[in-house]
Amino acid sequence: MNKLLNRRNFLKGGLATTAAAAVLKNSDTQAAGHFDGYPDSMGVLVDLTRCVGCRSCEAACNKEQQLPEPAKPYDDFSVFDEMHHGQKRRTDETRYTVVNRYDVPEIDHPLFRKIQCNHCAEPACLTSCFVNAYTKTPEGAVIYNPKVCVGCRNCMIACPFYIPTFKFSHAFTPRIMKCIFCYDTRLKDGKAPACVEACPQEALTFGKRTEVLEMGKQRIRMTPGKYVNHVYGEHEVGGTAWMYLSSVPFDKVGLDTHLPNEPIIYSVKDFLAMVPMVLTIWPGLFVGFHLLATRKDKIKELEDAKNKKNDEKEEQV
Amino acid sequence: MRTRKKILRTALALAVGTIFIAPSQIWCMDASDAPESVTIDLMAELYGPVEFDHLMHTDVASCQDCHHQTTGGEVTDPSCARCHRGTDEGDSVGCSECHVTDRFNATNVKALEDPQLYHFDKPGLKGAYHINCIGCHKTVDGPTGCQDCHTMTDAGEKMFSTGKHAPAKGTSSSGHH
Repeated sequence: MNKLLNRRNFLKGGLATTAAAAVLKNSDTQAAGHFDGYPDSMGVLVDLTRCVGCRSCEAACNKEQQLPEPAKPYDDFSVFDEMHHGQKRRTDETRYTVVNRYDVPEIDHPLFRKIQCNHCAEPACLTSCFVNAYTKTPEGAVIYNPKVCVGCRNCMIACPFYIPTFKFSHAFTPRIMKCIFCYDTRLKDGKAPACVEACPQEALTFGKRTEVLEMGKQRIRMTPGKYVNHVYGEHEVGGTAWMYLSSVPFDKVGLDTHLPNEPIIYSVKDFLAMVPMVLTIWPGLFVGFHLLATRKDKIKELEDAKNKKNDEKEEQV
Repeated sequence: MRTRKKILRTALALAVGTIFIAPSQIWCMDASDAPESVTIDLMAELYGPVEFDHLMHTDVASCQDCHHQTTGGEVTDPSCARCHRGTDEGDSVGCSECHVTDRFNATNVKALEDPQLYHFDKPGLKGAYHINCIGCHKTVDGPTGCQDCHTMTDAGEKMFSTGKHAPAKGTSSSGHH
């Protein structure tokens, strides 16, 4: 029995376990590792130099997705002046996409930027969802299953583009509202989403992600000086299916230029991989330390008791 | 009567944007050979047909501003001339002969995978019209609003929740402009 609590054996065992955990941890991280996106994923290139702010995409989306009637007609351009809590219009439970106007001082005309779900290759909403309500389909769409959603709204916090919104009007039947790339009605049959089809200016170009990315790069190359030399979404947060071309720096048209090039999950992956190790190893480890630290006290206690007994015996004698 | 005439003319148009001219010696033709007017009814579902005043536009723009290498003179751009000088493509004058009506359907998207395809980012017909027309109108202060060129049909008003189909309550646009 003495062997069990032998210090040398204890330390040896502890070391071996830690080493094993370290190895396991590494292989875990690799297994969950890099994902470049599905090879035949579709995408859309949004060319801001072409958009004229006609809002046809908004109208088409509303009808296709059977969303509620808008507060103002789609040919009412006063919406571009709307501000809500100091912010321009954003997606909500009644609209999966919005076009906003940006007045950039350096150029003599306003720019318009459409925003919707960008359909990341490795979506933060999906990785943050603990009931797997989200799916990244091989066609490139990030779709959502309201049947399993519990309404925790982690996805809303996780999304780097602030896209998923909650249907607060039906708070007891949780429902996240966001663009699904027209997956059900179009994309799965190889058709372009409704907004792309409606766009008169072909500001939205639909095709295989690799092809539309190539088109974006060619437009930059063939018309020097017209575009910022960057396709927004090529690398941002691990790559998105929807990408943007602009004639002005992207932060001037309301796009976040400080996003990492790695998927959002990478920021927390190492931490998350440590959780199982901490939960399984630490209890044993610290119980061990505790036993070790208190061992001498116990022995002393026993000896004291023994001595006391002996003393008593001696006294009796 | 006018409407019937319009419909008749629309029905007669073989393809959208096709210009009716003899297909010989195209690149030798000049503005005087061109049609006076072209009916464009590509978006007929949402918008009524556009009666494009071709004659007026020949006064303000050169043929090649819209028709690229296909008319109004010889191909001069060396990179275009490599393929387009004196070839069949040079005989295509109507927009729809090169710009497809449904650029993003599965067949057309699939066709882009051909590694030999040079013009792989060629706008579809709707895009070609709008990019060309609005692009130029912006620089010369021409009309750029949707309904400056098109009149909306009932289906269009429904799509845009406007006119007869405007939201019942809520703010109207009229006060803002």
